[in-house]
Amino acid sequence: MNSNIIKFILNGNEVSYAGPAGARLLDVLREEFRLTGVKCGCSEGECGACAVIIDGMLANSCMVAMGRINGSHVMTIEGYAGTERFAALDKAYASVSAVQCGFCIPGMILASECILSKTPHPTEEQIRDGISGNLCRCTGYNAIVTAIMSASKEGNGLW
Amino acid sequence: MNISNSVTKKDHLPKMNGKALYVADYSTDGILFGRLFYSSKTRARILKVNIPVLPEGYLTVDKNDVPGENRVHIVMDDTPVFVDDTVEYIGDPILMVVGPDEDEVARLLSEITVDYEDLTPVLDISDPDATVFFDYHYGKGDVDKAFSEADKVYTEKFRTGRQEQAYLEPQGMIAEPHDGRITVHGSLQCPYYVHGAVAKAMGFEASRVQIKQDVTGGGFGGKEAFPSILACQVAVAAHKAGKPVRVIFGRREDMEFTSKRHPSLCTYKAAVKDGRITAMDIDVMYDGGAYTTLSAVVLQRGIICANGIYKMDNLRVHGRAIKTNTVPSGAYRGFGAPQTFFAVEMMMDHIAKDLKVEALAFKQAHIVVQGDETSTGGKYHFPVPVPEMIEEVDKASNFREKKKKYVRQTGRYRRGIGMSMVFHGAGFTGSGERDFIKAVVKLHKYADGTVEVLASNADIGQGLKTTFSKIVAHELNMPLERVIFHNPDTDRVPDSGPTVASRSLMIVGELLRRASINLLSDWVDGEDRIVEEHFTEPDFIIPFYLDRFHGDAYPTYAWSVSAIEVEVDTFTGLSKILGAWGSFDVGTPIDMNIVVGQMEGGFLQGIGYASIEQIDADRKGRIRNNSFSDYIIPTSMDVPNLNVMMHIEKYPLGPYGAKGAGEIPLVGAPGAYLEAMEQALEANLNYIPFSAEDTMKVLRGEVK
Repeated sequence: MNSNIIKFILNGNEVSYAGPAGARLLDVLREEFRLTGVKCGCSEGECGACAVIIDGMLANSCMVAMGRINGSHVMTIEGYAGTERFAALDKAYASVSAVQCGFCIPGMILASECILSKTPHPTEEQIRDGISGNLCRCTGYNAIVTAIMSASKEGNGLW
Repeated sequence: MNISNSVTKKDHLPKMNGKALYVADYSTDGILFGRLFYSSKTRARILKVNIPVLPEGYLTVDKNDVPGENRVHIVMDDTPVFVDDTVEYIGDPILMVVGPDEDEVARLLSEITVDYEDLTPVLDISDPDATVFFDYHYGKGDVDKAFSEADKVYTEKFRTGRQEQAYLEPQGMIAEPHDGRITVHGSLQCPYYVHGAVAKAMGFEASRVQIKQDVTGGGFGGKEAFPSILACQVAVAAHKAGKPVRVIFGRREDMEFTSKRHPSLCTYKAAVKDGRITAMDIDVMYDGGAYTTLSAVVLQRGIICANGIYKMDNLRVHGRAIKTNTVPSGAYRGFGAPQTFFAVEMMMDHIAKDLKVEALAFKQAHIVVQGDETSTGGKYHFPVPVPEMIEEVDKASNFREKKKKYVRQTGRYRRGIGMSMVFHGAGFTGSGERDFIKAVVKLHKYADGTVEVLASNADIGQGLKTTFSKIVAHELNMPLERVIFHNPDTDRVPDSGPTVASRSLMIVGELLRRASINLLSDWVDGEDRIVEEHFTEPDFIIPFYLDRFHGDAYPTYAWSVSAIEVEVDTFTGLSKILGAWGSFDVGTPIDMNIVVGQMEGGFLQGIGYASIEQIDADRKGRIRNNSFSDYIIPTSMDVPNLNVMMHIEKYPLGPYGAKGAGEIPLVGAPGAYLEAMEQALEANLNYIPFSAEDTMKVLRGEVK
C-alpha cells in the first residue's frame, strides 16, 4: 500500500487521493471529485464560498492542504443536501427567498448547519456571528438570518 | 392570488443543493485554459513582446489574431479586444496564453516580458491635459439673474470614490467554435450586448454567433459591459485554437482589472434668497478611466439627477467624463446617480446648517410634487410620495427626536443620524428604450399547455426567473410550474434588451403581461403557438432630446427615504451603525420577498460605498487593495439593524403597478450615512468613502 495516499471520508464514503499533499482541498473537491457545489470566490480564505465541514467544523477549503485531511470526515453541500437537516434549512431559506445569486449559498448552508449543531436555538447575534465568515453581496443578510432562525424553530429536535 | 405574495423562487433548489452550474463548474475535458497577460505600465508604447518558446499545444493570442475588428462594441468602439500599439492603464490586456494545462499556462505567462517606451499618463481628472470623453451642458431658467439677486451664494466640492461590485462569482467565459459558428457562454447580464460585440470582433454575421447566459453569481452592473470584452477575447482565442477555451478570473484579477463605479468630483454652487434655493450651477466630473465603455450613459444619468429631488427653476449643469490612465469605469447599481445624489444631499444639508434651520425641514420645503417640471423640462407625471415616506422613516427611526438629542456631545461615544431622499428613473435614459433597445419578447405555448418565456433578460440573483414567470402565470391563470423561463440563449430568444437600468421587470415584465393577454385571447388547447410583443412608448411621455437634454428623461420614478444612525468611538475612529431604515417606493412588488431582498441588499451595498469600501491606488494608478482581505465589503455583523419598509405608489403602465426596483436602495445610503457622521463629529463632510481614518483626521482637527 502506498503510504502517500491520503484517505478520508467524503460525504460519508471512504475515498482516497494520490496527488500531492500540498494540493488545496478546494481544487481536489472540484476537479477530482467534481463536487462543484464547492465554489471558489477568492482563493484566500476571505469569502466562505468554498466552505465545507471537516470533522464537524466549518472550514474554507481553499485554505486546507490535502495532507491535513487524512483520516478526516469532509462534508460538502452535495453530501449535506441529502439530509433531513438540509430539508429543514431548504424550507426555511425558501420561505423568505434568502437565495439570490446563489454563489455564497452552499457555504452559507454549511455555516448554518455549524451554527445549529453547536447551538440548536441561537440568538440573532449568534447567527450573525456564525455566518460572519461567509460573504453575501446580494441579500444584506437579513433573509439568511431569518431563515436560520426559522429553521431552528421549525426543525426543532433535528439539531 | 395577490401578485405580491411570495412564492418559492424558481431557481431556489439547484442553488441550495449545489447543482446549479456556474461557468466555472462545467467539465474542463477537452477545454483549453486561457489566461490574460496585462500591461504593467500606466501608459506606454509597446516596442516588443518577448514570448518564451511555447510547448506543443500552447499558443498566444493577440491583436493580430482578431479576425474582425479589434474593437469591443459597447457604446462607442474604442476598447480594443487586445491592445494595439499603446497600453492605456495597468491591466490593459495585451495577449492571452492558451493551453491544456493551467499551471503551464501560468508558468508561460510569468516568462513573458515586454519592452515599453513610457508615455506620460494622466491620473487626475483635474489635470488640464486630460482628454474629455464626453461634455454635456444643459439648464433652464435664468441662473445668472438668480445668483445676482441672491442673499447668499454657497459653493462646495464633493468627491466620491471607486466602488467594486464584488459579486461573489468572479468573471468567467467559455467559447466553443463549431460548424463555422462560435458559441460563448458564461457569467453575464446582457446576452445581446455580448452578441453584438463578439460578431464585430469575429467579423461574423449575427447568425454565426450564439451567446448563452450561465447561472450568474451576481452582477450589480459589473457584468453589463465587461463580459463583452472577455467574450471577444475568448472567442478569438477559441477561433485561433480551433478548440473550446475558457477563462475564469481569480478574485484579485477581477478586482484589479474589471470596471468599477466612476469616481467623481462635483462642484455645486447654489443661490439662496429668502431662505430658499433659487438656483443651482453644478459642475460634474466623472473619472471614466482609460476607455469610454459606458461613461456617456453613466454621466447622462448622473447629471440629470444633479439637483436631486428638489424643485429648481433656474438650473445650469455641466458634466464631463474624463479619460485617465486607470481601469475603465463602468456600470454599477445606480449608474451615475449615487454620485450626484450624494453631492446634492450634502449641499442641502450644509446650506440648511448655515441658515440655522433643520436640514429635513429645509429639504421638505424644496421637494418636487406631482406635475412639477423635472431638471430637463420633463414632468413628474405621477404622485411623489416622499413626504409620507419621510414620516414612515421618522416613525420607525425616531429621526427627528434623535436629531435634536445628539448635540454638544463630549463623551467617548458620540452619535448622529442622517436622512436622505432620492429617486431612480427606471428604464434607459431619455429615448433609449424607444430608439435603441426596442425590446421584443415572445411567449411560446406548447401543445401540452406549458408556456415558455422567451426574453433576453438574465436572472442574476434578482429573481427574474420567478417574477417574469409569475406575471405570465397570473395573467394566464395557470400554475407557476407550467411557466418556464430558461437562461437566455440568443439562438432562442428575441432581444428584449439588457438586464440593466432597473428596467427588466417594469418594461419587459409589462411586455410579457401584454403578450400573455394576447396569448389567452386565442388560446386553443393542444395547439402550439408563439406570440410576440414589442415595446411602445407611453403616450404621456414628453419626447426627450439628448442634444438639448430636454424632455422626460424617465417615464416614472422609484423613490426612497433612508435614515442611518451611527455611533462613533472617538478613541479609535471606528463607527458602529446603530440602525438603518429605508422606505422604498418601487410600485407594486411582484414578489414581496424578492423586492425586500433587493432593498436590503442594495441598501447594505450603499452603506458599504459610503463607509468602508475604499479602492486605493498608488502613484502609477495601480490598484493596491485587490482582494477581499483589503477591500472590505459588509459582513453579517456590520449592519444588524437594517430595516426596510415598502411604500406602494402604483405605476399604471408597469405590470400590476410595478416600477423599477434594482438600483434605488443603494442610491440614498451615502447621503444618510455622511449626514449622520457629520452630526456625530460636528463637522461638515463632503466625501465618501468616509473611513475610520477619515474620522480620526476630523477628531484630530486635521480636516475641518
